[in-house]
Amino acid sequence: MGILEVKNVGKRFGGLQALGDVNLSVAENSVHAIIGPNGAGKSTLLNCLVGKLIPDTGSVMFDGQSVLGRLPHEINQMGISRVFQTPEIFGDLTVLENMMIPCFAQRDGAFGLNAIADMMKDREIVDRALDMLDEMNMLDKREMHAASLSRGDKRRLEIGMCLSQRPRLLLLDEPTAGMARADTNNTIDLLKQIKDERDITIAIIEHDMHVVFSLAERITVLAQGTPLVEDTPDKIKGHPKVREAYLGEAA
Amino acid sequence: MLGLSKKDLNLLFIVFVLTMCAPFILNPFPEGSAMAQFNAGYPDLMQRFVIFGIFAIGFNILFGLTGYLSFGHAAFLGVGSYSAVWMFKLLSMNVIPAIVLSVMVAGLFSVLIGYISLRRSGIYFSILTLAFAQMSFALAYSVLTPVTGGETGLQLALNDPRILDGAASSAGNIPVPGLFGLEMRDSTFLRLGDWVFTFNVGYYFSAVIMLLSFYLAIRIFRSPFGMMLRAIKSNQQRMNYTGLNPKPYTLAAFVISGMYAGLAGGLMAAMDPLAGAERMFWTASGEVVLMTILGGVGTLIGPVLGAGLIKYMENIISKINSEILHGWFAFMPDGIEDFMVAIVYPFIGKGWHLTLGIVFMLVVIFLPGGLVEGGQRIARMFRRKKTTQDNTPGTTEPAE
Repeated sequence: MGILEVKNVGKRFGGLQALGDVNLSVAENSVHAIIGPNGAGKSTLLNCLVGKLIPDTGSVMFDGQSVLGRLPHEINQMGISRVFQTPEIFGDLTVLENMMIPCFAQRDGAFGLNAIADMMKDREIVDRALDMLDEMNMLDKREMHAASLSRGDKRRLEIGMCLSQRPRLLLLDEPTAGMARADTNNTIDLLKQIKDERDITIAIIEHDMHVVFSLAERITVLAQGTPLVEDTPDKIKGHPKVREAYLGEAA
Repeated sequence: MLGLSKKDLNLLFIVFVLTMCAPFILNPFPEGSAMAQFNAGYPDLMQRFVIFGIFAIGFNILFGLTGYLSFGHAAFLGVGSYSAVWMFKLLSMNVIPAIVLSVMVAGLFSVLIGYISLRRSGIYFSILTLAFAQMSFALAYSVLTPVTGGETGLQLALNDPRILDGAASSAGNIPVPGLFGLEMRDSTFLRLGDWVFTFNVGYYFSAVIMLLSFYLAIRIFRSPFGMMLRAIKSNQQRMNYTGLNPKPYTLAAFVISGMYAGLAGGLMAAMDPLAGAERMFWTASGEVVLMTILGGVGTLIGPVLGAGLIKYMENIISKINSEILHGWFAFMPDGIEDFMVAIVYPFIGKGWHLTLGIVFMLVVIFLPGGLVEGGQRIARMFRRKKTTQDNTPGTTEPAE
């Protein structure tokens, strides 16, 4: 059984059936990509996994526990971190502070009234944040305001923030959208490195086939709210149904 | 020292010197001179400086850090005042229990209002807090007259029980608030030539409490909790998806700033033991917003400066009348003198709000970071060669 089990999930927005009957199983420590044409329901599915949307039917189990009905921060505390399509970081804070917040969240939980201690004297947290910044190659930018970083650096920072929570499942929503080729390749390298160095499961939603085929170990193709096929990248490439629904259009 | 960085310690030291030397600093002109009306070193006004400083420091913890603009903070000030006066009436004229009760009651009251208002954010939050404050005002003004004294306000009476010091009140006068025998209204005068400096017990008591509040605010700003509050202002979405629950954080900030307001209200009652409903009126809530923005939202010292500036203008500019103006322009030919007086007149006396409005507009347009930004710009001009990054968080965020 996979770490993430999605069973018969359906979601309807008014007259639009965004998700029909989605079944998905993500194996532990694998990289699983979800692809599909625009409007296939990829983002809706992701939002159902992190608590932003509640599906009308079906169940979502993470590590044997249901995530439905839990608030986003509770789901995150279970070990699911999410990277957004446009990097969501704390723009007014420095890069170091950005990195410290998830460290605090991971250590102290969803709320801590630690109003007297000096945060910069919390060596454990500061060191963890600095280590992660080092790993992300951003140590020299630690005093900068996060809002003034380049797009690629914001993405790195966001991924680093998610990783510093030591999640078991990392969800990425089109992590290379709107990036230049060089930045895209850097991000692919970073994700490969993450996959090789950690016990982590990665689920990735992506448009860019180059990214998908360089990372994924398994691919689910979604079309009109239902999974079309699920298989290894090699098989997906040649699959007639997929060509018809998706790659056919692109080519 | 004190768990502060060198920079914060310097700031605290500056505030310490300013408050302790205020009777000198605020009285730069000799008694009887033409400029003496610009002296602000009398106890009543100095007390107001530090008390509204406390109010604004607390407000800034909510508004400056989380960005939640409360438009009803005067309600907590009023509740604090009422609690303190009731403590004077029932228990003792000692200010300590009165102030402790003010802070506690304001804290409880802000848990209630905050819990409901914080279900919404942005403008809806502001309107909810405004609605609560106006409801509190209406209640205090009419419905709850037995508790609040209604229109006339809550006052001390000769036959109040005052359980702890009942014997002392038999003297025939209504006793005054004090601190273990030290009366708050007591003053010592120092005459140096033409200058008279007043050292008032109430002022120094309030000033010490303001220093403690300021110190606590620095600690909160530099703590993990303070960083979380800034994170809420910056990006609640990321906050949620980082496993943090913004709700208890905002509520805690709301309650802390409500308790600061209650402390200010209690001190106001301790300086002058009466409380009226007008303290809860929405203009009083608006005033603390102005103070914070004028001084610098999200900065440590800004709210204190803003409070000082507004209270100074309220008390000094409003006292200038047309006779004084004629005196100033007397050296000019008659026609021009009248003309000058006619131009300046709308901005003084009761027109001081007009002056305040203009100052406020100028600051918001040209110095969005408030007086603190002005100070930083001047400081930067003096040391051009060494450009240092300022560490005051969120300085360039005006009204939200």
